Amino acid sequence: MSHPHGPETLVDRVHRQTGINIRRCYQCGKCSAGCPMAQETTIRPHDVMRMAAQDDLEGVRQADGLWYCLTCETCSVRCPNQCDPARVLDALREIVQEDHPEDAPRPLRAFHRSFLDQVRSHGRLFEMGLIMAFKTRGGPLFADVTTAPGMLSRGKLHLAPTRIRHLEEVRRIFEACGQRED
Amino acid sequence: MARIGYFPGCSLHGTSREYDESLRALLAAMETSVEEIDDWSCCGASSAHQGGRLLGVALPARNLARAEAQGLAEVLAPCAACYSRLAASRHEMDRDPDLAAKVRLVLAREDFRNGVQVKNLLQVLRDRLTDLKAAVRVPLKDLKVACYYGCLLVRPPEVTGGFDDPEAPSSMEEICRALGATPVAWNRRLDCCGASLSLARSPSVIRLGSTILQDARKAGAEVVVTACPMCHSNLDFRQQAMRHRGALEGEMPVLFLSELAGLALGLPPKVLGLHRHFVPTGSVTSRFAAAAGEVG
Repeated sequence: MSHPHGPETLVDRVHRQTGINIRRCYQCGKCSAGCPMAQETTIRPHDVMRMAAQDDLEGVRQADGLWYCLTCETCSVRCPNQCDPARVLDALREIVQEDHPEDAPRPLRAFHRSFLDQVRSHGRLFEMGLIMAFKTRGGPLFADVTTAPGMLSRGKLHLAPTRIRHLEEVRRIFEACGQRED
Repeated sequence: MARIGYFPGCSLHGTSREYDESLRALLAAMETSVEEIDDWSCCGASSAHQGGRLLGVALPARNLARAEAQGLAEVLAPCAACYSRLAASRHEMDRDPDLAAKVRLVLAREDFRNGVQVKNLLQVLRDRLTDLKAAVRVPLKDLKVACYYGCLLVRPPEVTGGFDDPEAPSSMEEICRALGATPVAWNRRLDCCGASLSLARSPSVIRLGSTILQDARKAGAEVVVTACPMCHSNLDFRQQAMRHRGALEGEMPVLFLSELAGLALGLPPKVLGLHRHFVPTGSVTSRFAAAAGEVG
């Protein structure tokens, strides 16, 4: 699948990252039939697979279904031709975000950045910190504000983070994976 | 006394602490000692692999390497998301030696052999079904339970090692039958609860969760059983929002499998953390709790 005479195509890139040849997809639609988010998206998993197989990066960038994938793995279990749509969508999200980080919907970007920041800062997820950072970053400001008291009274929310002893090991992982602080 | 490695994960130290409490009490009652991975760190869960494959593999691998250095042959990861990330990390390093070499470099652990088995709660309890059955003090007679698997406990099979069928699993029903309960047949036991979209897109989570709970009720279930903190939170904590939106009527208690097993072993509801739920669990505890009246 190498293209010595031209730039790497989207099909090649997905293959390099996952070992999957998306041109094997014959558009049976089983992935979309079982997708729990298909009814909320206009571009469904089999559409994304088709666009990717046609090297249509611009089409993939417009695909709402790419971002609202829950990674529930139903599509990959049911694919009759081992195209593993869940892995392909993982790879496509990574590819798109390399050049166009702003493509992901804002609340999702806010959630993932806030989540990873917690892990980088403490080595573990500090849930209260995640919620605060998520809202500051542009998550829905007033959603869930009434839930904190219920969580606290049940002893489910800590007010301060727990930091691991060897935080430098986790920091090193982030740095080696090219994840810089904002 | 048997010994098992333990990766609690962030949720079990926070919003799902009753899962940790009930699990430790249950395993102690089954004469299994849990040994926590020393200085464990977050598996990266739903976010790390969105930020690139290497990060998604390396963050869980730090914990596998620590477990290995601690001499642990198998590790129980009770959270389905942690389990999936740890097991996927192990699997990807197994089939891709270049990636494994890269991870050893990132972790600065040249001696890491990637030899630790990762197990979820269904595997651990099914492995010990005879012991579990023998330890039952209060059989959950006539209790109709909906065994809710969700996604990552049984999918994808290359990550779970195929310990159960990804489309027609039976391990949770087997465990519940060993406790004396009656599993119901229902349609939504493998559906996704909405997982990590809980904060970023809660209407989706309410739609998916209410569909699951309605189906469980239609099948005659009195309680939904889960082995995942995210599923639990999306089905227990979010029930109030489901009712506000008219997506659900009445209440459906949602118990962790370790809580249900704990009740059958005669452990008090308070020890199992049942008072920490949003949806009251009295309809179950009043029938089976050994020390009734301890929980509201």
